[in-house]
Amino acid sequence: MQDREPNVATSDTDSAFVVFDRVQKSYDGETLVVKDLNLSIGKGEFLTMLGPSGSGKTTCLMMLAGFETATHGEILLDGRPINNIPPHKRGIGMVFQNYALFPHMTVNENLAFPLEVRGMGKDEREAKVKRALEMVQMGEFGNRRPAQLSGGQQQRIALARALVFDPALVLMDEPLGALDKQLREHMQYEIKHLHENLGITVVYVTHDQSEALTMSDRVAVFDDGIIQQLAPPAELYEQPQNSFVAQFIGENNKLSGKVIALDGDIATVQLDDGETCTALAVNCGGVGSDTLISVRPERVSVAAQGGPNSTSATVQELIYLGDHIRCRLTVHGNDEFVVKVPNSAGHSHLSVGETTQVSWLAQDARALDAG
Amino acid sequence: MADISAPLTTADGKPLKAALASAQARARRRAFFLVLPLLAFVLLTFVAPIAQMLHRSVHNPGFTTHTDIGSGEKTPIMVNLRAWFKENPPGTEPDEAAYEALVKDLVVLRELKAPGSVGTRINYERAGSRSMFTKAARRAEKLEPPYKEAMLDLDEDWADPELWQVMRGASSAYTFNFYLAALDLARDADGSIVSVDENRQVYVKLFTRTLLLSLLITFLCFLLAYPIAHLLATLPLRHSNLLMIFVLLPFWTSLLVRTTSWIVLLQSQGVVNDTLVATGILDDDSRIQMIYNQTGTIIAMTHILLPFMVLPLYSVMRPINPSYVRAARSLGATSWTAFRRIYFPQTVPGIGAGALLVFILAVGYYITPALVGGANGQLISNLIAFHMTKSLNWSLAAALAAILLGGILVLYWLYDRLVGIDNLKLG
Repeated sequence: MQDREPNVATSDTDSAFVVFDRVQKSYDGETLVVKDLNLSIGKGEFLTMLGPSGSGKTTCLMMLAGFETATHGEILLDGRPINNIPPHKRGIGMVFQNYALFPHMTVNENLAFPLEVRGMGKDEREAKVKRALEMVQMGEFGNRRPAQLSGGQQQRIALARALVFDPALVLMDEPLGALDKQLREHMQYEIKHLHENLGITVVYVTHDQSEALTMSDRVAVFDDGIIQQLAPPAELYEQPQNSFVAQFIGENNKLSGKVIALDGDIATVQLDDGETCTALAVNCGGVGSDTLISVRPERVSVAAQGGPNSTSATVQELIYLGDHIRCRLTVHGNDEFVVKVPNSAGHSHLSVGETTQVSWLAQDARALDAG
Repeated sequence: MADISAPLTTADGKPLKAALASAQARARRRAFFLVLPLLAFVLLTFVAPIAQMLHRSVHNPGFTTHTDIGSGEKTPIMVNLRAWFKENPPGTEPDEAAYEALVKDLVVLRELKAPGSVGTRINYERAGSRSMFTKAARRAEKLEPPYKEAMLDLDEDWADPELWQVMRGASSAYTFNFYLAALDLARDADGSIVSVDENRQVYVKLFTRTLLLSLLITFLCFLLAYPIAHLLATLPLRHSNLLMIFVLLPFWTSLLVRTTSWIVLLQSQGVVNDTLVATGILDDDSRIQMIYNQTGTIIAMTHILLPFMVLPLYSVMRPINPSYVRAARSLGATSWTAFRRIYFPQTVPGIGAGALLVFILAVGYYITPALVGGANGQLISNLIAFHMTKSLNWSLAAALAAILLGGILVLYWLYDRLVGIDNLKLG
């Protein structure tokens, strides 16, 4: 593995740095955990693998790190197949969920370890360790043991250790899972900034969608061993390609029905309660197929008379959340229909049991597969 | 704010410390009563016997007090001779007065029917003395002065300065001579400490052998147990449970059965030799002697003590997260380096605990060496048992045991200094 300098932050996704080529993985020879993975990650990219537990995302990461072997297919790192390269020769930094800081070593020793096994001289080692510690603002903690540090501090050290030997690729396996909410959000920004400053490629695994949206250049949504959608965060949220992604990313209202007409992009759907509405045909199949319409709560307007797709709604519940009010309504027979009413001046005041009108644009309703 | 320097008090003005103590007193009392049976048990079965053993190793009244077996009545004996020893410094040539005192005491012994036990006491330190005492006591009453000549007529050995030195040593009930004997040392006629004849030196050799064999067995146990424990710790639980049963099976089998099954396997007409001969690897006349010697002791004891090494190792290895080794590998360490630098150091507390456990058990092991050890596979415990049951020299047995105990305590202290007892992890 040739030594590479931390790359300048050119997020050039065309020059694939990591490639998964038709990768399959099975542990027991009966079921596939990863079904058919094709994924290329550009140099300097921050890619997040997002999915529920058991979706195969961690397995993909472990295959990339070299702790699991692909049952089929090829993984390429910087153009070279790495299936037969042992983990220690891959030169990939990794941050583990439980940090995996060596408990019998001090912070300095932990950080010096990857440099030591590379045969680096003592002076150079010390300089690099010092620099890495300062990078994560932990300069004074070099002589402590991991057990003497708080969770957030351990997290920083784990990060510094994965970066200290200047790897071009860093893998992170749910690194913030053990931290409390506030610290987690803070660390998200720090990791993002480190990534931007160092220009490294990061593959990040998480099941927390807000984490994925905050940090990533692109997000690969995993489910059932398959990438359901690979897209930048905004696109993922705004334009989910199937009902799993729509459901998994952010809040979502779903209305099930049958396509009765297609007019260009716009599908007319007969809902289960017999009424019809129009939606953007994304992934709904032809006329006659079942579909699920996905509408984001914030794209629904309340009490707007006579808008498109206007229908009556009964207020079931109101929850005051400060910046907005969360209303649960019954719409087209679905009583889990949620609408966010911004707490702006002159917003409509609803009360439970009241019947009102809701409407949304056909472009904001996406007709997806039936799930 | 209250004045900081004033002791804190409760709301009703009682000092806080006293209030806390009285609040906790009940719980403390209850805790004490709960451990009381154990405390009594430990005192009765552990502390008291050890104290008695230590006492016995420096105290032997065989030459100073006679206890009647029937009535339990204690009579001072050898009064005259002991008085003579007190008046004359060590190294004094025994004169007529000394012999007179000896004869007078022998007469008393004859009346008490005690010459045998007194002779035995001297016999511990000088072989052949018992018969001299019984013979002389039988005739003591009829002896005429000058007593020195009369006694020497009976047996010339009565002039032996070593005998007189031994009697002088025994004239005080408290003596360190048993410790000297246990270390292959003795006092010569002047009372200075010298080592005994080369062909009578057994104990130091046996202590050394016990120490070396125990170290070897500990090391072998470590070599065998480490991979097993690692396998146990990394296998999925249902498989490791089965394997654990195999590890523990020897625990549930009688020690005697396990030892005798090794005899069946290893003896010259045993399974192993027969197989080797049948497969043509060995000649029929060159069967290997694997039992009734040190080899037998080492093999059988390693087998028996193996679980004591496996269990502490397992309990330390089980919680070691596999991500440590993975992290080391991802950081660029080969699997050997990852093992050496990351995995192994985390198992050291288990190694320490297992080694200490196996070593201490091995040092005091008795049954197995007795059954399969033959002549050169005996350990010090076999000799202690011999002095307890055969030669009935309990004081020497106690001295040997006390040295063993002291040695183990020293090793324990060394271990504490080197590894630290708080690093010990038994499970």
